[in-house]
This record gives sequence, C-alpha cells and structure tokens, in this order.
Amino acid sequence: MTALPAAKPRLLAGGAQQKILAFASLIVLLVFFSLASPNFLQTANILAILQATSVNGVLAIAATLVIITGGIDLSVGTLMTFTAVIAGVVLTFWGLAMPFGIVAAIAAGAGCGFISGSLIARMKIPPFIATLGMMLILKGLSLVISGTKPIYFNDTPSFPQLSTGSLIGAVVPGLPVPNGVVILFLLALAISWVLTRTTLGRYCFALGSNEEAVRLSGVNADGWKVAIYALAGGICGIAGLLIASRLNSAQPALGLGYELDAIAAVVIGGTSLAGGRGSILGTIIGALIMSVLLNGLRILSVAQEWQTVVTGVIIIAAVYADMLRRRRAG
Amino acid sequence: MTEVIRMTAIEKRFPGVHALRSAQFDLRAGEVHALMGENGAGKSTLMKILSGIYAPDGGSIHVNGAEVRIAGPRAAQALGIGIIHQELALMPDLTVAQNIFIGREPRSRWGVLDEAQINRDAEAIFAQMKVPLDPRAEVRRLTIAKQQMVEIAKALSFRSRILIMDEPTAALNEAETDELFAIIRRLKSEGVAVVYISHKMDEIRRISDRVTVMRDGAYVGTVAAADTPIETIIAMMVGRELDQSAAVIPDLSAAPVALEVRGLTRGRMVRDVGFTLRRGEILGFAGLMGAGRTEVARVIFGADPRESGEIVVRGQPRAIRSPRDAVAAGIGYLSEDRKHFGLALGIDVRGNIALTSLERFSDRFGRVDEPALAKVAADYIASLAIRTPSDKQEVRLLSGGNQQKVVIAKWLLRDCDILIFDEPTRGIDVGAKAEIYRLLQSLAEAGKAIIVISSELPEVLRLSHRIAVMCEGRLTGILPGGPGTSQHDIMRLATQRDPAPQDMARQGASA
Repeated sequence: MTALPAAKPRLLAGGAQQKILAFASLIVLLVFFSLASPNFLQTANILAILQATSVNGVLAIAATLVIITGGIDLSVGTLMTFTAVIAGVVLTFWGLAMPFGIVAAIAAGAGCGFISGSLIARMKIPPFIATLGMMLILKGLSLVISGTKPIYFNDTPSFPQLSTGSLIGAVVPGLPVPNGVVILFLLALAISWVLTRTTLGRYCFALGSNEEAVRLSGVNADGWKVAIYALAGGICGIAGLLIASRLNSAQPALGLGYELDAIAAVVIGGTSLAGGRGSILGTIIGALIMSVLLNGLRILSVAQEWQTVVTGVIIIAAVYADMLRRRRAG
Repeated sequence: MTEVIRMTAIEKRFPGVHALRSAQFDLRAGEVHALMGENGAGKSTLMKILSGIYAPDGGSIHVNGAEVRIAGPRAAQALGIGIIHQELALMPDLTVAQNIFIGREPRSRWGVLDEAQINRDAEAIFAQMKVPLDPRAEVRRLTIAKQQMVEIAKALSFRSRILIMDEPTAALNEAETDELFAIIRRLKSEGVAVVYISHKMDEIRRISDRVTVMRDGAYVGTVAAADTPIETIIAMMVGRELDQSAAVIPDLSAAPVALEVRGLTRGRMVRDVGFTLRRGEILGFAGLMGAGRTEVARVIFGADPRESGEIVVRGQPRAIRSPRDAVAAGIGYLSEDRKHFGLALGIDVRGNIALTSLERFSDRFGRVDEPALAKVAADYIASLAIRTPSDKQEVRLLSGGNQQKVVIAKWLLRDCDILIFDEPTRGIDVGAKAEIYRLLQSLAEAGKAIIVISSELPEVLRLSHRIAVMCEGRLTGILPGGPGTSQHDIMRLATQRDPAPQDMARQGASA
C-alpha cells in the first residue's frame, strides 16, 4: 500500500460547481426581493413559497432520477393527476380509509412508471416518445375515470391535512411548516441517499454515463432501468397526493405543463440532460429558485405573463452558464 | 505450459458477412499471444465470442480443458476471462473504484453500497499492479492511458487468468506504452495469459511469445514471435490476392499541381503531413486503422481545425477554416460513412445532387428552378450511369454503389475538381466496386485531382498513381503506383513506427 500516494482531496467536482452557482443565484434572488419589498421576507410568505415548491419539487425529484439515466419523463405531470384521480376513486367513490388511498396512488404511479420503463428498456422505444405517449394516455384516462369532473374528498376530512396541515406547528406553535413541505424535504433526503448510497442510484449514474459499458459489465441494465422509472412513477404518486390534498380534490384537467416545470427545476439545479451527472440537492435548489422567482415577481406586481417569460430566460441562462463552465473545464 | 483456451472451428455470420470461417485459436498460461490480421480479418469478432459478447454460430470453446458455452459477459467473467475493449467501456462520470466494481458492488441486503470497501479493494488491486491511481478519482479526468489501467484493474478484479487486449496502445504514446508493457510482463510472470491484438509489428516483437495470423475470417497460422521475420508475418496477413491488375500510370510531370499540403499538424493523428497532388492524378492513402488518414482528409476539408501547416490550392495558399471554405476552393470530401455525412437518405436523387448547389438553382426569393435541376440530374444520371428508376427516387432505396455515385454527382455539380474519397467502396459489392474504380479513373482522365483513402490494399494498388502510406499520424513514405510496388512494401511503411519523428524531421531540414 505504501506505493500509493495519499488520496488527494478532490477539488469541487463538476456537479458541485453548478450546485454552488445555483445556490448563489438563490441567495441573490432572496436578497434582491427582500430589499425590493418588505412583504417578501415575512414568515407567511416564506411558508407560501415552500408550500408552492412542494408539488413541483417532488415531481422534479422523480424527473431527476430519470434524467440522470440519460432519459426523460414527460409523463410526470399527467401521472401526478392520474394518481390523484386514483386516490379520489378509492377514497370518495369506494369510500375506503385514507391509508388505502395513499397506497393506491403510489402503487398506480409505480405501475405506470413500470410500464414506461418497460416500453423504453425492453421495447427500445425512445424515452421521449414513450413518455409522451404515456403523458397523453394518462391525461385521457384521468378524464375518463373521473367522468371529466373534479372528485372532492369531502368524505375524508383528514385528507387536506396531508399537505396543508402542520405536524411541526402542532409541536412548535411558532413554526407552522406545512406537512407538504416536510414531505418534500424528507423525500429529498431519502432519494438523495438512494442515489448516492445504493445500487439503484449507482446504476442511475452508470446508465447515464455509458449504457453500453454497463451492459458489457454484465449488469442487467434493462431491469434496472425499469426499476428506476417505476421508482420515479411512485414518487409522482406522492406528488399526486400532495396536490389533491392541497386542492381537497382531484382535478382531472390539471397536470399538463407540470412536467416542463419539473424538468426546468432539474436543469437549473445542474443535472445534465445528457445523463450521468446530477443531484437531488441541486434539483431542490432549482425548484426553490423557480418558486422564489414567481413569488417575488408577484409581490413586485409583475404581470403573470411576464413571470413566465422570466422563467424561460432563467432556464436558458442556467444551462448556458453550465455550458460555459464545461467548455472551460474542457 | 498448460493450455487454458482452445477455440476450434468457430463460425460467425452477420447479415451479408461471413465474419469467421472455421477460425481457431489457442492460449497457454503465462504467455502473451498476439492476434494479427488486416482490418476486418475477424480478430475482434473472435475475441468478442471468447468474452461472451457474441454467440458463435458453430465450433467449440474449451477453457482449462472443459468445453464451455459462454452465454454472456457475466459467464466469461466467471470463467476468468476479461476483455479490454478497443473503445474503452468505462463510465466517465463514475469514480475509478465504482467503474471497477460495477455490477458487483459489495452491499447489504437493502442494496446499500459500501463505498469504503470498494475503494479499499481497488487500492489493493492497484498496489498489486504497482500503479499509483486514486480509486476516488472521476474517470473522465484521467488520461486514456490511466483509463486503460482502470480497465485492466477491472479485469483483474474478476481474478481473470485470461486477459484480452484489443489494440491497447492505439491511443497511447511511447512512455505510456512502456508502462503498459511493464504491467503485461508482470501479469505474465504471475501466470496470466494475455491475448494481444495489435497492428504494430515492433510491439508484437517486444511483448509477445507467439503470433496467430487471421485473414478474411479464417485462421492462417501460428508462429513463434522471436524467430519469425516480420516479412513472413506480413506475407501471412496479406496472402495471395487474385486480382492484381495494377494501375496504368500516366505521365503527369507536366500537369499543374492542384493541391499542395505542407507541415499539416493536428494532435497525434496528423503529424507534419506534406504532399502534392497534380491534376489528373490519383493519390492513394494507405495505412492501418487509426493511422490518421481520415483525420488528414478532415483537416484539409476544414472539418477539423489544423494546428499548423499550409494548404495550397492551385498555387494559392488558402485559409480553409470550414468545409464551406474548402468547397469554395473546389475541394470535395466523400466521407467514409455516406449514410451519416454524405447523403440525405430520405430525399430523392435530384435533391441530393443539388444539395450543395441549391443557391445556383434558386432565384432571389429562394424559389428553386425545378426544371433546370431535373435536367442537371438527368445529365449526371446518364453520365455516371446511376441506376435509379427516376430522379425522384429516394436515395435510401438505391444500392451502395449508386448512392456513392449520387455523392460524386453532388460534388461534380459543385465544380469541385479536387475530390477526396474516403473508403469509396466500403459496403459496396464486388461488381459495383469495379464500376466505381472505372469512374474514378475517368474522373482523373478528365483532369480531376483525386485522393483515395482505402484500407484495402488491392484497391489502393489498383487505383493509385502514387501511394502515400501513413502510420500513427505521420506520412511514412510515398511509393510509386504500378506493378513495382507490392502489398509488402506498403505494409512495411504502414507499420513503421518512429519514436521521435518530429526531431528527425527537424534534423533533416536543418542538415
């Protein structure tokens, strides 16, 4: 062992740089809006920002997993709606207890992810096409199952508590952090752990880095890919529960467009669309940047149309910054 | 020495290709056994069968005396067979240790990884190899040579007793090659058997014990490396060719120089290349795979930037920075891969012929003059004898030979009189090949200056008025065409490595 030099501490890896850049942007935004408006840095407003981040954040976590493998999932938005509708069917149409609705939504999500993953890994349909198809199928099915009308959770009075209630607030009265936000951060921790510490996470990065090499190493590449899409689908089920709980209803017409916000958060957070690199922490920062921006612009009374324009500019700027850094790194 | 591998009567067919014809190979413990042959001789295919990547269509494989069926890469690993692919099969975003143990990570029941464990294990392997490499380093930040070490470590981590290396030094410099050879010798002394695929004669002599030669998918013979002259090995690789009709060399001493290249350099693949090309001349470019021939063409064509050197077209130095500049200077490049770079497959014959000249056939509103195009297309279809039902036929439906003619028509229409053909007959059947040869000859007679890059020596000999031979980015010599030059002469130059070519060139210049 003496022949080996001591392991040098690694300089900031590529992904870390982008994360720091994203984090710095978030801080700049926070400082800017705090100075621009006294209403911004109020507890209630901060909690509103976090609450607004919860659904997009959870969807973005799902998208991160898939994007790290070098794939893409366009169906996360309508899958979220579909799982919300499933929860509505179980809780309102069938009148079962809340745990059944939770399990059903997550299982439905994982099932749909399993199907997407199988289309991609086994039938070799490009991820963009397979999940575009799933996106439309699920949008249609949500409308069909719900009869195109919202399903309200009036029979399950505790259901809204899932997202908008506050367990923390019950213990610490001054800190009414909504449960939805707690769920987002717990999920982020869990998936971050899965990505960095488990086999599944390792294969996410490996597949995105060089799928052929994974195959040549004798790994069941297709099987793992299906598992990753299924996990992402299950996470979309959690997002479905959060949004249904917040609206106290499953809105079958909702969902389209959410996938783009989720992908935007992933990209701003420094996960490469080419696959192989990325992190949950980056994605959460990305999702926060988007909500802070929208909230701040709203407080400054910027018209909603312009808020959307700014979001688009931010996405392009974030990716361009990443390209510049990469070009410098060679 | 004990025999560890015996492959007998191995057959393999791919659509349209009989890749292996009753190929055989054997390997003993503690030897380095070189596997040689021209491009496409079947070396890599045979080794991919041994490592479980391809399934053979026939024949038998014995490992340590027992007949085996190798169902996949996993099965090969279990038998102690490791392969290091020509294109390294690494995951650049993962660390060294993560790459080595991919698919075999030590983990608990819940799939939790033990990162410290794999780093320790990798460290132990590198200590055994006596290579200082940090298992925690990200693979993308390593040099190609270090990445190769990772591949070797990965193979060793399977306790491989058989190591297959497919052209491991293709991207290595002299010092890196020495480092690799030191490791190979160490492994050999520990009884590991190494299959070494390479084109480089001097390396074979330095490192290997025995040499097996393959040609056209078949076994030619096995000889001892130490006491077999290189000439003999080259003769085994080249074999006897039936078609020896050599080129008729016209006297071009009075013809004007169409293209002159001086001191062209780009990285390792193009090093100080210089030559002249006259009007009416066909200059063949020969060399083994990776010798830098295509790279030279791409630099001349402006597809890759050059680091230094001059390109003089018809007596005038031209600053060619992009393919656009090259085309403006009258240089056309017909790429090796027609389907990717040369043709728009889904567009019809007429559209492809007009593709680079559309501006000439459209008015200032961008409207295309279809009748004029149709006439031009008809002219070329007739003059080049393109076999197509009409000029509205989609190009993808034509045969390879006719696709190639469409590309030629495209460049002729663009007034290119310097044409670079990169593997003009790849994927084209024998009958069509002869037709392409005749076409190239008639283009030269019409005063075009032509460069033909080809990996098939008979083709080079048949077409070229002069033959430029490359090895490792350098032009190792220019031979006269015609019957005076043999395949042996070309192969000798194509395998002539020169440890310090730059220095020698400089000395020669100053002397």
